[in-house]
Amino acid sequence: MADPILEVISLTKCFGAIAASDGLTFTVKRGTIHGLIGPNGAGKSTAIAQLSGELQSDTGRVRFDGQDVTHWPVDKRARSGLQRSYQITSLLPEFTAEDNVAMAIQSQQGHSFRFWDNARRDHSLRTPARKILERVGLSDFADSPVMDLAHGQQRQLELAMVLATAPSMLLLDEPMAGMGQSESLRMMELLRPLKGDVTMLLVEHDMDVVFALADIITVLVKGQVLITGTPDEIKNHPEVRRAYLGDY
Amino acid sequence: MFLNKIIGSEASLRTKIVSLVGILVLFAVPLFANLFNEPFLVDIASRILIYALVAISLDLILGYGGMVSFGHGAFLGLGAYVVGILTHHSYEGTAVVFLPGEWQGTTQAFIQWPLAMIFSGLLALIIGALSLRTSGVYFIMITLAFAQMLYFFMISIPTYGGEDGLNIWERSEIPLLDLYDAKSFYFTCLVLLLLCLWCCSRIVKSRFGMVLRGCRQNEVRMKALGYPVYRYKLMAFVLSGMIAGLAGALLANHTEFVGPGLMHWTGSGEIMIMVILGGMGSLIGPVLGSAALLLMEEVLAGWTEHWMIFLGPMLVLIVLFARKGLYGLLIGKGADNG
Repeated sequence: MADPILEVISLTKCFGAIAASDGLTFTVKRGTIHGLIGPNGAGKSTAIAQLSGELQSDTGRVRFDGQDVTHWPVDKRARSGLQRSYQITSLLPEFTAEDNVAMAIQSQQGHSFRFWDNARRDHSLRTPARKILERVGLSDFADSPVMDLAHGQQRQLELAMVLATAPSMLLLDEPMAGMGQSESLRMMELLRPLKGDVTMLLVEHDMDVVFALADIITVLVKGQVLITGTPDEIKNHPEVRRAYLGDY
Repeated sequence: MFLNKIIGSEASLRTKIVSLVGILVLFAVPLFANLFNEPFLVDIASRILIYALVAISLDLILGYGGMVSFGHGAFLGLGAYVVGILTHHSYEGTAVVFLPGEWQGTTQAFIQWPLAMIFSGLLALIIGALSLRTSGVYFIMITLAFAQMLYFFMISIPTYGGEDGLNIWERSEIPLLDLYDAKSFYFTCLVLLLLCLWCCSRIVKSRFGMVLRGCRQNEVRMKALGYPVYRYKLMAFVLSGMIAGLAGALLANHTEFVGPGLMHWTGSGEIMIMVILGGMGSLIGPVLGSAALLLMEEVLAGWTEHWMIFLGPMLVLIVLFARKGLYGLLIGKGADNG
């Protein structure tokens, strides 16, 4: 448990005069669920975008799985096992649910410069895709166009896609955003068994979810780490209460 | 069986009927021409087939890849110029200027046409490598700018006719075939078009094609999944350029003339109109679009030289009411999967 999978070292990102990330430094241990919380505008989404590679950092370093990935583009980080999900659902809207998962699997099977065989009849893509849809409870909707799915189902599909890439670490940007209570519960049941296999950095607004799932929590305020600790420590920390939980 | 190969066996019945009728009509054109004693028909039909080929090549990147290339005339034009220049040197007995050695060109189709494809493909590689670093409006403007550069470049080369273009004194030669015969030429174009349709229908369903279509729908997601999207888009761009180059080689033979006008942005616009009119994101659509636009031009231009006045409103109506163009009108709901 001791070895770190992700090391963030004084990461900074400025938008004009505003520092969205201001010397961010923290470590995520392998196999843990690491919560990332903070009030609105604390820089959680910016941090996730910097870690996934979608935003280039101004200064600082990111080490993932023993490698310096600071200057790697998004797709290279993704192929090395660092996957992200989006706060706002991001799918391939014209494909079916199964297509979406198959695309995620295909991304892990080497290059896609294969021009001749029908990918929709490729069992090495379709069989595992169906299995994963079953796991997230979407097997009945395998052939539905993504646009026809309900919001909660789309979120589940998004998780299915991320899981299909067999990631070593997940950056989850508010996976429960916009979900009803039962859907949230279902999502938690999907995430919980992954604990240990997949390291997760979980950004979530719903404090109950974070406290229920996370082993360690980092609190961000104004782009800086206020404190990192166990859920109990965070709950009882006076400054956290003042900065964040006060309006909760 | 053969039909299944071209349009895919899972296509709907209506798609199959439309495609079958389309192919039968194409094969029957020379018969009609004989029947009504209108040999000119075969000529127009050949032109339609050639433009269908370019339109398909544009649709591959526009309809499937989401890349709005406004410079497709460049690849068509370069393909035509390759044939024009090789024939020019072969006719004059002079060495080809841009190549090392003393090669005097050729009129053999099996050398000319692949060379046209290779050169257009190389051009697409260069233009694509630079343009694909941008997206959206910038991509449109940059591809347009490259095509215009090539247009002015060809104008400024007096060796190859400059503004006046090059006459092609000999059509390409294929053993056992006389391309001067309108029907042989027509069937050559038809076979190449069907071959291209077949290959493209395999490509858009392959792993590569799925990645390409994924990029159009949500490029950010594709990157986050781990796809280096730039490489795939560039590959598609090069493929598209090669097909356009082949069409250019055919067009040069058809008109027996190459001019810089082919590369002008209005030409690129016309190709794009064909794709939109016929239906983006389908392979039959561009063929329909090419037929519709060229026939309309033929008929309306007979009435008035301002035939564009009719074309404009029609385009607006199609874009507003038929999401998948003419193809969508014919196929109905199943058009999305075509």
